[in-house]
Amino acid sequence: MGYQLSREQFDSFLARLQEEYRVFGPAVDVDGGALADTDRITYKEVRCLGDLELNRKSYFSPKEIFYPVRETLFRFCQGDTTEPQIDGKKTAIFLRPCDINGIDRLDAIFLKNGPLEDFYYKRRRDKVRFFLIECTTGFDSCFCVSMNANRTELFDVALRFGDEILADVKSPEFEPYFAGLAQKPFEVRFIEKNSKEVRLPGVADITPDLFEHELWKEYSARCIACGRCNTSCITCSCFTMQDVSLGAENQMGERRRIWAGCHVNGFADIAGGHGYRQQKGDRMRFKTMHKIYDYYLRFGKHQCVGCGRCDDVCPQYISFAGCINKVSDVAAER
Amino acid sequence: MSVDTRKVIKNGYRVTRTRGKTALRIRVPGGHLETRFLALIDRIASQYGDGTAHITTRQGFELPGIDFERIPEINKLIRPLIESLGLSVEVGDSGYPAAGTRNICACIGNRVCTFGNDDTTGLAREIERMVYPNNLHFKIAVTGCPNDCIKAVMNDFGIICTVEPLYDPSRCISCGACVDNCAKAVTGALSMKDFSVVRNPDICIGCGECIRKCPTGAMRRSSSKSYRLVVMGRTGRKNPRIAQTFLKWADKEAILAVIRNAYGYVERHIDRTLDKEHVGYIVDRTGYQVFREEVLKDVTLSNRAIVAQHIQWGGYRYTSDAGFR
Repeated sequence: MGYQLSREQFDSFLARLQEEYRVFGPAVDVDGGALADTDRITYKEVRCLGDLELNRKSYFSPKEIFYPVRETLFRFCQGDTTEPQIDGKKTAIFLRPCDINGIDRLDAIFLKNGPLEDFYYKRRRDKVRFFLIECTTGFDSCFCVSMNANRTELFDVALRFGDEILADVKSPEFEPYFAGLAQKPFEVRFIEKNSKEVRLPGVADITPDLFEHELWKEYSARCIACGRCNTSCITCSCFTMQDVSLGAENQMGERRRIWAGCHVNGFADIAGGHGYRQQKGDRMRFKTMHKIYDYYLRFGKHQCVGCGRCDDVCPQYISFAGCINKVSDVAAER
Repeated sequence: MSVDTRKVIKNGYRVTRTRGKTALRIRVPGGHLETRFLALIDRIASQYGDGTAHITTRQGFELPGIDFERIPEINKLIRPLIESLGLSVEVGDSGYPAAGTRNICACIGNRVCTFGNDDTTGLAREIERMVYPNNLHFKIAVTGCPNDCIKAVMNDFGIICTVEPLYDPSRCISCGACVDNCAKAVTGALSMKDFSVVRNPDICIGCGECIRKCPTGAMRRSSSKSYRLVVMGRTGRKNPRIAQTFLKWADKEAILAVIRNAYGYVERHIDRTLDKEHVGYIVDRTGYQVFREEVLKDVTLSNRAIVAQHIQWGGYRYTSDAGFR
């Protein structure tokens, strides 16, 4: 059902929503940038329409809302273990189609990759509801159309923000919030063309010799292994574990899991002091192949959704979109 | 030819090696100039000087080869440039109102540089408006981070813009980028304990590099700005030395109040038998404790600010060239 809301009506809708949901959206973190006197757009709890930043892309993706950067899985004390409780409220997230598609990619890894679902992921993820921000123009670094991630049906409510706000309420869960508001048919539109286009290599054209191709050497020289491409990515799902002793004689402690990134030093270290992918170019290859090749073989869609955040945040101005095009050129040549 | 040299020097001109010729010294506080003034500098140099401009060690321009008699004309021409400084005094057509307090220098700061913790040009201009015009010999510089590209440590008062890093362990992925960088390129103030970062505030210099290196925003900038004030650095013929830290983690108001107070301190203690006396030599004479007490008078320090209890300036003494004996 479609509705039209004034900005004031939208704010009172948000106020009511917050009684049952923690509401997150892209917002300005004033002076939150790494450089002095710079803001950072990030996912934060939003109280009103004015809190939402709809004109700039967020630096980090919304994944941290339900997949925490650092999460205590359980605490142990001698023979007992306890799992920390999570917030009982449900979670509403304002986000764009690329990010909803990105979360779909995360779901595949955590919930559909093998016989077991990831309990810790699932218990938070089940609480999440999507409020789609209509996105028809994108940003300079976006290439969601090339990644076939510009459209989605996986939203609960879709919204067009303007002088008035139009809402397509798809999930019955939210119908009561809109009861009594002016009805107006509304169908959300999706971006059809980004300013940046990426050419994907044919899956059959990715052959083992490509793994040794010299195109990766450029990234060995340029990448500094900071991991921003991983931490800003909506689809990077890798984590590692930490066991921390909290008391004397290791009787008490906790097990955490924390995000890990394939570009960060130590990611592929193994016992005995060995490590795979010492060269940064090898890490770039590993990431690229995961995003546009092997994930596809396993799940039937590409992992990368073309949000372009990795291009936005790389301090070395390495373009992942540019890398995909290079891979395509090399693959097509042979 | 009759020239009141003391007067012209205080007007921003210098006595040069060529008799009858002077050179105009143009102040550029913060080292940043609207390029429209370059046309004016070109006009004065071409029309009155020898067609050249020297870029001075204190970020100004010096235009040589000017006849002393042309000073009044040049003072009229230069009026818009002086007015652009936004000084508290009316300057009119009489040129620069003082010369003792030198141009306030600054590195390019965070208007451009990624290391910069503050807008050094803006702060330098603010200080310029606060202390200038004044004929006491003060050298003040503002640098955007502890890299100290402007060499604030070679000034009487060097302001080093710093930032207090705030650590949120819930955002930390234990990648160690901050710890490694601090150990290799800064002071080693960070260490990792149980996969979380521990900061030693005694040796953290507030450079902000940990914040720049952090891929998750676990290290972020504190909302309030902080500054390190280093004092009594100098070159010179007696005892060149780098400045020593007087205040750490101070706020801007405190730094500015200290500098204002220092003018009163110099007025009270300067050796008037000399043409000029650098503030550093006065501190050598009165001792640090007198300096400290007088410049901190009525200054409100924030809870975070720390004052040096003692300072020993080292430096080089030409009279003790032990290595040559």
